[in-house]
Amino acid sequence: MPKCDVLNKINQYKFLFEELVKRDFKKKYKRTILGMLWSVLSPLLTLLVMWLVFSNFFGRNTEHYIIYLFSGQLVFSFFSESTNSGMEALTGNAGIFTKINVPKYLFLFSRNVSSLINFGLTLLVYFVFVMADGLPFTWKFVLLLYPIVCLVAFNIGAGLILSALYVFFRDIQYLWGVFTLLLMYLSAIFYTIDKYSYVAQCLFLCNPIYLYGRYFRKIVIDSTIPSIWFHLLGALYALIMLFIGFWIYKKYNHKFLYYV
Amino acid sequence: MLVQVDDISVCYLTGDFKEIGLKEWLMRRLTHNYQVKKFWAVRNISFLLNSGDMLGIIGANGAGKSTLLKVVAGIMEPTCGNVTRSGKTVALLELGSGFDGDLTVKENTYLRGAMLGYTRQFMDGAFEQIISFAELGDFVDRPFKQLSSGMQSRLAFSIASLVQPEILILDEVLAVGDGAFQEKSARKMREIISRGAATILVSHSLGQIRELCNKVLWLDHGKQVAFGEAGRICECYEAFLRGECTASAASELLRSSV
Repeated sequence: MPKCDVLNKINQYKFLFEELVKRDFKKKYKRTILGMLWSVLSPLLTLLVMWLVFSNFFGRNTEHYIIYLFSGQLVFSFFSESTNSGMEALTGNAGIFTKINVPKYLFLFSRNVSSLINFGLTLLVYFVFVMADGLPFTWKFVLLLYPIVCLVAFNIGAGLILSALYVFFRDIQYLWGVFTLLLMYLSAIFYTIDKYSYVAQCLFLCNPIYLYGRYFRKIVIDSTIPSIWFHLLGALYALIMLFIGFWIYKKYNHKFLYYV
Repeated sequence: MLVQVDDISVCYLTGDFKEIGLKEWLMRRLTHNYQVKKFWAVRNISFLLNSGDMLGIIGANGAGKSTLLKVVAGIMEPTCGNVTRSGKTVALLELGSGFDGDLTVKENTYLRGAMLGYTRQFMDGAFEQIISFAELGDFVDRPFKQLSSGMQSRLAFSIASLVQPEILILDEVLAVGDGAFQEKSARKMREIISRGAATILVSHSLGQIRELCNKVLWLDHGKQVAFGEAGRICECYEAFLRGECTASAASELLRSSV
């Protein structure tokens, strides 16, 4: 599916998309301030627990451990939140697309906007932590847009794949829960990987979540710009996910109807 | 020619594949124990509609009427065959569903308007009109789920009644609500139909079909019994309903008389 085609359709369905975003946002927070606060509080609580538990093990040898932890947690929770809510994008809107002919990826995009807003709020708290920890703000922080854009694309791709699979196989939800838990342990969120062999360290780069988290850490903690290969790898993961996602939607676009 | 439906068929898959999940699906695939049955809901349907035509689709429950409407509306892709539409198409199917109980009446109105292809400017202008037609002025900020089912269908109808399609597709939504509203909505519906160039409607009321439609498509178990002038087909259909003839006999009779 050519990109401009997607953009054209979004423009055509702009009003519907805005209304869907509003609906998803309102339903998520139930119109309460506390609801919005909670979406920021819950990753912070996870962060607190992780910090309490692990700072004695890993924190001693890692400088700015709290930021190290937060960087990993920030990326992982965005991915996890976005994919878990995106998974139900099709089944949750079955009442709409079985009666009206609309591009079905709008439902997923709308969920992702909610997750992105959530991520933005957490990111603000992250910067407050960065400041409080005495790390300098440099122009390099602008580069953080790069992993964020990659991550958004990666999440959309993963969400497209998952929401399509969820239409056909309802047990994906449980399998995905197990998978994200394993992924969390594999993403070096609360531990460092410098004790592993060189090969193992390279293997960690096969994990996109680790890669994007590491980008944050390099910029914020080390104040270094990652290599060009690092950038390319990040973009590659996002593009692969997006490609598979759109391919599935294109292929099964007219099949979803039979399964909901 | 506005709508051309060319030999379309729709096949549903039946079996327990929806419930089994990924693990069981893999197991069955590996043990070659995975079976699905095919069910043809609509089979080899063809018809043509020109500007000014009103098509009524008749047939018993499960004859494939709703499936056919979805295919003509472009919501469903036919398993084989082609549908050509030349004009803006709006389908009003099962109006009451697809609303969100937690959102307010106003939010639901905008969402539904967006779904029907209205613009925001249009909705801003038409909102008052929709609410007053639905007689829901006091309920604008109430959650949708607090409305009675009659009120819900009144709102659904009012929003839908502003469509201006060239091809209108209706699934028994000619009139809703209680006595007074029913009259009002029936009048409104006629107005909409008269605006459009062609209308396709499903109805179980033969009186309505006779009154409104110049063409009729009779479906029986997914197959096309007859398509053509309304009068003769309605007569045959009534004979069929009384049990005086079978669908295939009626089909023969109607074909030979053309």
